[in-house]
Amino acid sequence: MVDQSITSLAKKLRAKDISSVELTQDYLARIKHLDGQLNSYITVSDEIALAQAEAADKLIASGSTSALAGIPIAHKDLFCTDGILTTCASKMLHNFIPPYESTVTGRMQASGAVTLGKTNMDEFAMGSSNENSHYGAVKNPWNIDKVPGGSSGGSAAAVAAGLCVAATGTDTGGSIRQPASFCGITGLKPTYGRVSRFGMIAYASSLDQAGPMARSAEDCAFILQSIAGFDTNDSTCSEIATEDYTANLDAPLNGLSIGLPKEYFGDGLNNDVAKAIQDAVKEFEKLGATVKEISLPNLNLSIPSYYVIAPSEASSNLSRFDGVRYGYRCEDPKDLMDMYKRSRGEGFGKEVQKRIMVGTYALSEGYYDAYYLKAQRIRRLIKEDFVKAFEQVDVIMGPVAPTTAFGIGAKTDDPIAMYLEDIYTLSVNLAGVPAMSIPAGFADGMPVGLQIMGNYFSEAKLLNVAHKFQQATDWHTKNPSLAEGA
Amino acid sequence: MNWEVVIGLEIHAQLSTNSKLFSGAATSFGAEPNTNTTLVDLGMPGALPVFNKEALRMAVMFGHAVNAEIGMTSIFARKNYFYPDLPKGYQTSQMDDPIVGKGHLDITLDDGTMKRVGITRAHLEEDAGKSLHEDFHGMTGIDLNRSSTPLLEIVSEPDIRSAKEAVAYVKMIHSIVTYLGICDGNMAEGNMRCDVNISLRPNGQEAYGTRTEIKNVNSFRFIERAIYTEIERQADILEDGGKITQETRLYDPDKDETRSMRSKEEANDYRYFPCPDLLPIELTQEYVDQIAANLPELPKQKADRFMSEYKLSEYDAGVLSATRAMADYFEETANVAGNAKLAANWVMGELSKYLNSESKDISESPVSAGHLGGLLVRIEDNTINGKTAKSVLQAMWDGEGSADDIIEAKGLKQVTDTGAIEAVIQSVIDANPAQVEQFRASDEDKQKKMIGFFMGQVMKASQGKANPGMVTPILNKLLKG
Repeated sequence: MVDQSITSLAKKLRAKDISSVELTQDYLARIKHLDGQLNSYITVSDEIALAQAEAADKLIASGSTSALAGIPIAHKDLFCTDGILTTCASKMLHNFIPPYESTVTGRMQASGAVTLGKTNMDEFAMGSSNENSHYGAVKNPWNIDKVPGGSSGGSAAAVAAGLCVAATGTDTGGSIRQPASFCGITGLKPTYGRVSRFGMIAYASSLDQAGPMARSAEDCAFILQSIAGFDTNDSTCSEIATEDYTANLDAPLNGLSIGLPKEYFGDGLNNDVAKAIQDAVKEFEKLGATVKEISLPNLNLSIPSYYVIAPSEASSNLSRFDGVRYGYRCEDPKDLMDMYKRSRGEGFGKEVQKRIMVGTYALSEGYYDAYYLKAQRIRRLIKEDFVKAFEQVDVIMGPVAPTTAFGIGAKTDDPIAMYLEDIYTLSVNLAGVPAMSIPAGFADGMPVGLQIMGNYFSEAKLLNVAHKFQQATDWHTKNPSLAEGA
Repeated sequence: MNWEVVIGLEIHAQLSTNSKLFSGAATSFGAEPNTNTTLVDLGMPGALPVFNKEALRMAVMFGHAVNAEIGMTSIFARKNYFYPDLPKGYQTSQMDDPIVGKGHLDITLDDGTMKRVGITRAHLEEDAGKSLHEDFHGMTGIDLNRSSTPLLEIVSEPDIRSAKEAVAYVKMIHSIVTYLGICDGNMAEGNMRCDVNISLRPNGQEAYGTRTEIKNVNSFRFIERAIYTEIERQADILEDGGKITQETRLYDPDKDETRSMRSKEEANDYRYFPCPDLLPIELTQEYVDQIAANLPELPKQKADRFMSEYKLSEYDAGVLSATRAMADYFEETANVAGNAKLAANWVMGELSKYLNSESKDISESPVSAGHLGGLLVRIEDNTINGKTAKSVLQAMWDGEGSADDIIEAKGLKQVTDTGAIEAVIQSVIDANPAQVEQFRASDEDKQKKMIGFFMGQVMKASQGKANPGMVTPILNKLLKG
């Protein structure tokens, strides 16, 4: 059951081989059985899931054609879900039950998807290893001594271990792609503005983007179809029409031109990872694509630029968590200042506090020009690099991360090494273009993800490229033994 | 030493949109706490602002009214600070690229001269909520109804030189925003709030002195008082050789003094940066021009029209165009009455006396413009005389109905029947034989003086209902025998 696609499950649901209630019960049982080892869920919403499954069975019986109807999925715990605890993996929101539904989760619900629960993550989406969670680290299903990546680590681990058919994630600097790469699943970060941010608890508003995490490009396409498109509740959401994301999945890749940025294959890239990527590229050549070397010259500036812009926005976005209206409030505050200081000091974890302080500093009088404005100028350069590159090639390929999943605790004392993890993913967010991570092999027993980057609003093309690769290879069908044994 | 006073004003005008600046919640005043709120106004996690285009239109209208440059690209910025009634931990405002740029407006000073005051800028921003300290037993209640209400902050150049000029400027801004219909202008409800920046410098010196800012002064009178007391305070310090501390002060109207709120050192670093949740506002020339073309009549234009159309004096036109409510009231009265000069006299005279005695604004007048006009019609057609009309107005003020209802109910209709008037006059002549004898023995000049006595007696005898125009010739005829 674990490696069944949305298409095959949808077929079985319609053929009444299985009901959504039975499918949901199976997944709930798997979560109960396996998640003690993985810690991929913060909240499992059994009752709601079964009620939704029952409704989905009726929907299917009444002739619904929605591919997601009755499919059990999970949501990253930063999407507000009406009546379901939404914590952002933070003590600050340990008791927060939203009174409303985010656009992403609401649209998936409208498509008939069943919500199994809310997945673990790095606190407020700040991290690359899912070790920064108030609810404890998530383990990688391929090796529970290793991290699943972050910040959507819970979603990635749950999909890889078969604890949901698919999941939502969010990607601010690589938070869908890097955990997808580490856990051997398929993840898509759409173009900025393709998916509404309404009801997504903000980390860095100009970079945050929600997207699907699933077992294949085809499954990602079904979810994107449900969640993408204009939303009057989000002013930054694009009015550009969505495409039919499944219609052209099988289009041939003859003549596809692939750019390989030389900066993605330099120092720091693990040899085995490089090998897997080169092999994947050869596979594309077999499918009719042509390859050329290109340059994204400002790649090395993406880390400093990102680590000014994202914390700056975060320092402001996280100001609303002040203990006044909801969430954590310290015990017995002496006065207002004491309440602020202790509620925030006790409610936020170390990494979150660090980024708030960095951002506050960068926006301060006298430093704003040197940090924030300069970072914005670099951001424009990075964007121009992509615009120029897409004048020459259709898609850009490279690694998602310099290494495969590292050991839990291996980088927690070395923030710079941790931040370097994001070198290949950050620039995509700064430019706002879409990108995917797809399974492309293994290095030392751990999955390697291939990153495919596309031009603005080229999600259909990216999904087509990824799907053709998955038709020709079987990397995406591999399962961790932990999942197989269950 | 002689000091020159330098004043600049920041006025926050609440825009009269139906919904808030960044949410669909209502902006109505006086609702139960926290009921006029949405996820956005409550600062819920994941909530996002959606800009109210009506506020934009209003800001552009104001820009045109003060001859200002319109920001074709303007940007919302976040002003970050912590306060319990600021739910997001930042106020969404505008910093580098405001919607309204440099402009100016002319004010009329007491001696009749005009003075031009520069407008530095006007920008859109959201209001915060309210902290309530009473009734919560040492705790604080938060009411977020006002959170995200749209404000236009209008910043003047430091061109103002006295308390009187400041008040004239604020009144002109008040007049403009109410004429445009973009602000209710109710200062008691906080629709318009004023921050006053004041410094002194020795006469003839070019460099500005150190300024203080008096926050949130909420009436024309308090603005004047606050400025006087602050000028005095600063002058005392400077004359004693002291230095002014740059700080924010509060005006206490009960004690008529200003006191320190926070100094510059304690001031927040607001860490302004462009709000990433809102796109820059891009305007087209067509949009801006269309608003300019549809701008309603402004106070100055209205006064000019009153002078040419209704032949009012410059003074009367100025008084009657001072607020849109006053101008609208006058025009309706004049139209109903059919006599603009009479309408002007009654609005500025009798009606204003009643309003002043109860400190009511014309918009709160219990006598509608239609009713006052109806009263004036009855003066015009000789149904009642002016004196009776005053007593009818009293009855109208007391809510006894229209002029016609009151005239009918009280039998105040003027007597215009010649026979009836003659009978009354005859009775007066019969009752005062000595005075009649004296009148008949006097020369013409003396008679003219004595006629008033008989006139008074006739009016008294007719209970004021005799038409004075008809009484005079009959009285003269009968007296002369």
